[in-house]
Amino acid sequence: MESRNFKRVYVWELPVRIFHWINALCILVLAITGFIIADPVAILSNAEASESYWFGTVRFIHFATAYVFFFNMLLRIYWAFAGNKYASWKAFLPFSKKRWNNILHVLRIDILLQNEKVHDIRNISVGHNMVASLSYIALFVLALVQVFTGFALYADNSDWFLPDLFAWVVPLLGGDFAVRKVHHIATWFFIFFTIVHVYLVFYHDWLEGRGEVSSMFGGYKFIREDRLKKTPGNTKEKSEQPSESKPEDNPKEDEIIV
Amino acid sequence: MATKTDTRETYYESIIKQGYSRRDFMKFATYIAAYMGVETSMIGQVVKSLETTYRVPVIWEHFQECTCCSESFIRSDHPIVSDIILNKISLDYTLTLMAASGHQAEAAKHETMEKYHGDYILCVEGSVPMANDGYCCIAGRSARELLLESAKGAKAIIAWGSCASNGCVQAAYPNPTEATPIHKIIKDKPIIRVPGCPPIGEVMAGIIVHMITFDRLPELDGLGRPKAFYAKRVHDSCYRRPYYDAGLFAESFDDENAKEGYCLYKVGCRGPMTYNACGTIRWNNGVSFPIQSGHGCIGCSEEDFWDNGPFYERLTSLGGFGIESSADTIGKVAAGVLAGGIAAHAIAANVSKRKELKDRNSRGRDNEKQLDD
Repeated sequence: MESRNFKRVYVWELPVRIFHWINALCILVLAITGFIIADPVAILSNAEASESYWFGTVRFIHFATAYVFFFNMLLRIYWAFAGNKYASWKAFLPFSKKRWNNILHVLRIDILLQNEKVHDIRNISVGHNMVASLSYIALFVLALVQVFTGFALYADNSDWFLPDLFAWVVPLLGGDFAVRKVHHIATWFFIFFTIVHVYLVFYHDWLEGRGEVSSMFGGYKFIREDRLKKTPGNTKEKSEQPSESKPEDNPKEDEIIV
Repeated sequence: MATKTDTRETYYESIIKQGYSRRDFMKFATYIAAYMGVETSMIGQVVKSLETTYRVPVIWEHFQECTCCSESFIRSDHPIVSDIILNKISLDYTLTLMAASGHQAEAAKHETMEKYHGDYILCVEGSVPMANDGYCCIAGRSARELLLESAKGAKAIIAWGSCASNGCVQAAYPNPTEATPIHKIIKDKPIIRVPGCPPIGEVMAGIIVHMITFDRLPELDGLGRPKAFYAKRVHDSCYRRPYYDAGLFAESFDDENAKEGYCLYKVGCRGPMTYNACGTIRWNNGVSFPIQSGHGCIGCSEEDFWDNGPFYERLTSLGGFGIESSADTIGKVAAGVLAGGIAAHAIAANVSKRKELKDRNSRGRDNEKQLDD
């Protein structure tokens, strides 16, 4: 049986990777400290209250990390306009027939685990597949919910204008009770997202064998050689702008999924 | 407020007539100015206003309520508070405390509404049932009708207590009477919301004196509450706050931690979510407030506090998922189901795609054999 040739393709630029890992770390820290704040352990101590400050420290970590999370998110939004086509905001919107077909393909092949009769390599996305893209839009909305409710709860502790920008959320939802409830429940959705996200990364790595896991470290994925244009430029191992397999099949140059 | 041609007495005149000395009056002015949160240099202005302002006519309506707001008011700390505010603000109509009754009382109210149209202050205690007018009737007329009538000529409306500002217990799920707070019915008048079940008497007095002194509404927050009293969480002025920051919590009301006076956060204290002045002004002449008495704050001045139970747990239960299920219980179950689903999916993937995997694995093994060591 003939083995296939793969080419290294640069997909995730450094800012995207940095965003990803800071974001992941922030979510981890925020979720842990958040649950501690919601339900701290009751310890009995001989020390006076003035001698200890652990709960204050936990809250400080939560608030400080929230700022990191927020500014990191702003950088990612900037990069959605400055980055390559896999990082672009356009990559996340399913507004073409091809992308709708990709959603159906992913649902059929990867979620319902059907097998293709004819294996078309162009069905495998280079960047995010469209279902994954939609899940990141959902995550982005979720992050906005946390930013709005979190800063709204925090606004009264702060003199800075930034948290105050979100103070209107409290009257909108009727009070701190409701805001806190939303903030707490939304945390669970981050956990659900993470579980599914990590599983699907392993799933794709295992079934497609093209470096899904390591791509978020090095930025490279491995794409079948027959998908690259047969031009002399492509004999180089590294290609900043991997193009689609056959130009005649892909008239739209900015189309990503195939 | 009142016009020059008015023959009524000023606040100061009525206080002196009541038998208080000038010294008592000055003490009161200082004290109420402190509660209002104004600077000491403003005390002169408070004094001057009370000396020169004619008493403002007030109509005080009672709808679906328990009268705890009035009770709180007449028990406020300084004797002049109740005297000046209750007897001497020219309270032209209040069911609970007025001497007149029946037709006389109604006549007095209508006289005030006509004579001082656009000048009087309307105080409302209680919510209005919107489901059926018959749920709350006074003198044969419904609460809604009375409110609309007396609000028409009001200069401003003060919604006393949680009933008038949030709906309170009557509006708790399923809210059979459709108990509705005032600000959802009257849209064209300035409304001050003074939530609390009841609000603190000194807060109520402070708001009225503010309106007399400065002839305008006190500064309000996003929810229409006076900032002087509702800008801080109970938590922020709580004397047990150091225990919170130190992470020292009571876990039940009879444990050693509770005896030590630790923070009541874990037994459901709503202080961190409740905006009120309990921690600074306190209750019953500054004697105590719930947390000082060993019970967590139940958040009585917050919207829907009754539905955000249980009072003795940090996490509120979620509607639609059974009575006792908190977000965390549901979250844990959902995460477990999700993990199970993923495990099943992983197994199914390996079964369904076995041919593909076998091909790839055998190619990998072939390649390994061909390696040039």
